[in-house]
Amino acid sequence: MITKRIIPCLDVKDGRVVKGVNFEGLQDVSSPVALAKYYSECGADELVFYDITASSDGRKLFTDILVETAKSVFIPLTVGGGINTVADFDRVLKCGADKVSVNSGAIRNPDLVYEAAKLYGDQCVVLSADIKRVDGVFRVFAKGGRENTGMEAIEWIRRCVGNGAGEIVVNSIDTDGVKGGFDLEMLEAVCNAVNVPVIASGGAGKIDDFIQLFRQLPKVDAGLAASIFHFGEVAIKDLKAEMASANIPTRR
Amino acid sequence: MVAIVDYGVGNLFSLECSLNAIGAEVTVTADPVVLKAADQIILPGVGAFEDAAKKLRATGLDAVLKELAAAGKPLLGICLGMQMLFEKSFEYGEHQGLGLIPGQVVPMEGVIPAELKIPHIGWNALKFTKNSPLFSQIQEGDCVYFVHSYYATGCDENLIATAEYGAELTAAVAKGNVFGCQFHPEKSGSVGLNILRAFTQMKEAEQC
Repeated sequence: MITKRIIPCLDVKDGRVVKGVNFEGLQDVSSPVALAKYYSECGADELVFYDITASSDGRKLFTDILVETAKSVFIPLTVGGGINTVADFDRVLKCGADKVSVNSGAIRNPDLVYEAAKLYGDQCVVLSADIKRVDGVFRVFAKGGRENTGMEAIEWIRRCVGNGAGEIVVNSIDTDGVKGGFDLEMLEAVCNAVNVPVIASGGAGKIDDFIQLFRQLPKVDAGLAASIFHFGEVAIKDLKAEMASANIPTRR
Repeated sequence: MVAIVDYGVGNLFSLECSLNAIGAEVTVTADPVVLKAADQIILPGVGAFEDAAKKLRATGLDAVLKELAAAGKPLLGICLGMQMLFEKSFEYGEHQGLGLIPGQVVPMEGVIPAELKIPHIGWNALKFTKNSPLFSQIQEGDCVYFVHSYYATGCDENLIATAEYGAELTAAVAKGNVFGCQFHPEKSGSVGLNILRAFTQMKEAEQC
């Protein structure tokens, strides 16, 4: 039985983790490499590095970090942020990324998913969608959730899966940061529309939110979160122990 | 020294890093002389079977690998590299493999229940069907990372582990000094490193 994945997400700017991180025993808390290693040892099933660097110098720092991470962390690594062309895929895959996540880049150029999937395989292309309800309709937002594209989200996701997206990260803007639980209604709509792995993002505040997610929506494959892991509000070890005792298939 | 066969398929960086991490001396090569001198050989692979098999034949490395496997050199195929060890694959047509292990590679589609997603992607537990030196440093039930849409059947007595995904899918095989992992040990955390460590400690078999 395939296990449910727990995925911490690290925002990286100019080679450093930007969101405050607070761990005892971790000397350099803003080193993505040290943090990646720490999470891997705690039982994270996969990692996401999100590059929020604007400058090209910063991009080089980012790929240096990928290389360093690949040398010491041996779990799947997904990279996102600033992926606009097939050349961007190539740049991060060469440095140790296993999967590449596209968001605004796919909105700007819908052929990107198709082109990348053809070159690197569906399993390599992750579509990340920022979704928000507008007048009761799920809409896709761009530019880090600031701009309504007007596109209906389920249709957009279906189209990207048809073009070769092998995995979907559903980030609910409505529940993001609220810490009241994942957006089960939105996730269910996505799970019913596509037959590729769905990763839930946005809204987790405590261990029980993950338990509810996997219990109520068995088709969801993974739960992704950032600050609750970084701030130690949810320890991955405890989370996985509780998942296992709730009979959710878990890697121990 | 362990040699990773470089035949232009897939990204070998993570695999090389994982072998470095366990202290193995690694070389990435397409040179038959270097392969012959290596203590163990790893055949990696990502992508489509037909393309990979063609590249292996075009470089003449297929004959080299067959010769070295017959001579008793430990050989480990990973993912598509494992699928290439078999007689044939039915991925988009019918293609010849190396034929080092009896069996064939077939689609999961139609074998596993329709509601299960393809590819089989994620961490799944290993169920041992046989003792193997490849597993000397891990335990049954340990999870490893899979990404595949096709799987090997007809492996019979060479099957050493399966993973349950609506069916018992072939996870690993062994025939003498030839081993194959459908999963990615280089992405399977400490369990994967322990499998690679066990492999890199293997010695060339005595000639009968």
